[in-house]
Amino acid sequence: MEPVRRICSRLVALPIANIDTDQIIPASFLKVTIREGLGKHLFHGWRYDSAGRPLGDFILNRPEARQARILVAGDNFGCGSSREHAPWALLDFGFRAVISSSFASIFRNNALKNGLLPVQVEPELHRRLLTGEAGEVTIDLESGTLSLADGTRAAFPIEPFARYCLLNGVDELSFLLKQEPAIAAFEARRI
Amino acid sequence: MPALTLFEKVWNAHIVRPETPDTPAVLYVDLHLVHEVTSPQAFTMLRQRGLKVRRPDLTVATMDHSTPTTPRGPDGRIPITDSQAAAQIRQLEENCREFGVTLHALGSERQGIVHVIGPELGLTQPGKTIVCGDSHTSTHGAFGALAFGIGTTEVAHVLATQCLLQSRPKTLSIRVDGRLQPGVTAKDIILAIIAGIGVGGATGHVIEYRGSGIRALGMEERMTVCNMSIEGGARAGLIAPDDTTFQYVAGRPHAPQGADWERAVERWRGLATDEGAAFDREVTLDASSLEPMITYGTNPGMAIPIRGRVPQATGDPTLDRALRYMGLRPGQPLLDQPIQVVFIGSCTNSRISDLRQAAGLLKGRRVASGVRLLVVPGSQQVKRQAEAEGLDRVFKDAGADWREAGCSMCIAMNGDQLRPGEYAVSTSNRNFEGRQGPGGRTFLASPLTAAAAALTGRITDVRGMLN
Repeated sequence: MEPVRRICSRLVALPIANIDTDQIIPASFLKVTIREGLGKHLFHGWRYDSAGRPLGDFILNRPEARQARILVAGDNFGCGSSREHAPWALLDFGFRAVISSSFASIFRNNALKNGLLPVQVEPELHRRLLTGEAGEVTIDLESGTLSLADGTRAAFPIEPFARYCLLNGVDELSFLLKQEPAIAAFEARRI
Repeated sequence: MPALTLFEKVWNAHIVRPETPDTPAVLYVDLHLVHEVTSPQAFTMLRQRGLKVRRPDLTVATMDHSTPTTPRGPDGRIPITDSQAAAQIRQLEENCREFGVTLHALGSERQGIVHVIGPELGLTQPGKTIVCGDSHTSTHGAFGALAFGIGTTEVAHVLATQCLLQSRPKTLSIRVDGRLQPGVTAKDIILAIIAGIGVGGATGHVIEYRGSGIRALGMEERMTVCNMSIEGGARAGLIAPDDTTFQYVAGRPHAPQGADWERAVERWRGLATDEGAAFDREVTLDASSLEPMITYGTNPGMAIPIRGRVPQATGDPTLDRALRYMGLRPGQPLLDQPIQVVFIGSCTNSRISDLRQAAGLLKGRRVASGVRLLVVPGSQQVKRQAEAEGLDRVFKDAGADWREAGCSMCIAMNGDQLRPGEYAVSTSNRNFEGRQGPGGRTFLASPLTAAAAALTGRITDVRGMLN
C-alpha cells in the first residue's frame, strides 16, 4: 500500500446525514470479483438519471469535483452494509479523505485499511465545512490535524496503529501473520 | 472477581494478544461465514501472497446475495441468467475448492441466507466469536455469541490468520420489559429501538438486549432483534443464552453431543452478565406500550407507530430529501397509503416462525388485486419445513409467489426488485434509497404488518384483522 501523509485539496460537500453505503455504491455493482474500476459507479443513484445520463446539478458531475481529493459529508457517513466496495469506489473516483462529524464503524475500518482517511471533526467546524466554501484544506496525518486557508486548525482522532500503517505503507495482514506463534499457543490452550 | 458483562466475558475469552496503547487487540475468531459477494477479492489477496486458509474447519461458505430465487429447472439446478452473478458464484465454488472450504452451494439442501443457515446447522453457538463479510452478522448475537460484520480486507485477515485486529467497543444495555400486545412482534421492538436511539445511536457500542420482554422471545424473534443492531450503528447485539437458546441448539448437526453437550451448557450458563456489571450506557423500553411499527423514510431509524404521522418538515435537508424520495407529505398519516408490492423474506424475517405468522393471516384470504406478494424462505431447510406444514399452499392460494431461498428483494442483486416509484411493505432491514431496486420505495415492517398490507393493498393496522 502507498504511504499516506498529507492531502491538500478543495472540498466536495454533500450536506446529507446518514449517507449509507448503498448510496455510495449500489448493490447492483457488487457482482464483481475485482476491486478496481468502481469509481464510475460512485453515488450512481444520485449521479445518473434512469437512462444512465449524468445529472448536471449533482456535485460529483461538476468539473471542480474531478480535481477534489476530499469529500465532506453529513453525520454518520457510511452507515449500513459492510461492503468494502464503498471505500474502493471513493478511492477510484479520486478521493483520499472523507470529513464528517461521525462515521459508521465498519466503513471507518474499511476506509483505513485502504488508505482513505476518515477525518472526524467537531459539529461546529463540520457545519462550516459543509457549506463547501472553506477553500483548500490540508489534512496532515503525521500531526493528525486539519488546516484551513484562514488559519483554523483542528485535531482529528486516529487510531495509533492505523496511523502507523498508513504513514509507512504497511498493511495490517503482515502484522497479523507475525502473530502466528501467539495464535498457535492460543489454540493449543483451548483444546 | 469483578462483575462482567456478557460481552466482556466473550471478548476476554478470545484475546490472543491484548490491546496496547500502540496496537489493537488480536481477537480470535471461532466461526467465519463466507458468501459470494464480499469474498472474491479476499481469496485473491491470499493467492497473491501465497497464503492458505488457516482453519478451513472453522470456515463455512454459502451463496445467497446474487442467487436467483426462481424455480429450479428439471435438472434440479436454478438457471442463472445474469452472467456477472453467474461468474461470481462460479468464483466462490472455485475458491472453496482450491482452499478447502465447505460450501453449501446453490442446489444443496443446506443452502440459504448465511445468517439463517449458521443457526440452523448449529454452527452458531453461545460464547463464540463469529464474523462474516456482511453487516447483518449481528444476527448470531441472539445466541450470546459476539458476532459482527467485517469488510473484505478483514475477510482476508481471518482466512489467513483466524484473527482480527480490534479495538474494544463500548457497551450499551437495552432493557426491554413488559409483554407485547397481540399483533406486535420482535420486529416492532427493534424498529422502536432504532427510532428511539437513531440510525447512528449505537455507533461504537456492542448492545446487550436484556429484560423480561427479551426473555419472553423465541430464538427466531431474538435473531430478528439482534439482526438489526447494525441499523442503529452497533458493532454487535447480544442476548444472554438461556434454556430457550439451549433447546434451539440441541440436536442440530454441529451442536455438541452427549457429555460434550452437558459441559457446553454448563459453560454457556456462565456467560450471562453478572449482577452489578457496568455498561457504558443504558436505555430502557416498555414492550407493553409498543404498537406495530413502520418506517416512512430512507433509513431504518425513520420509523413510527402504524397509526402515527410522518414528521412535520423542519428544514432538515436529510428529512426533506427522504420524504421527497418517498413521495410522502410532512405530517401525513401512513395508514391507508397504497402499496404495490409486499416482500416477506431476508435475514431479518424469513424463518419458519415468520412464515407461520404471515401464513396465519393469509390463510383462506386473497392478496388484494394489483398487489404482488413475494415470499422468499431464508433457507432450503425453511422452505422444506414450510412445505411440510402446507404453508406454501397457503401462500400460493392467497396469490403469492413462493420462491427458492436467498436474500432476494432485500438487496435486489438477483433480479428480484421493485420498479421505479413502486411502494413496498417489506420485512427486510433497509429502506435506503434504491435498496430494493432503483427508485423503489420501501416501508419496513413485521411479517404480520406485511401480510395485512398484502391483503388490503394498503398500509394497515394488523390488529384489526386478528381473530
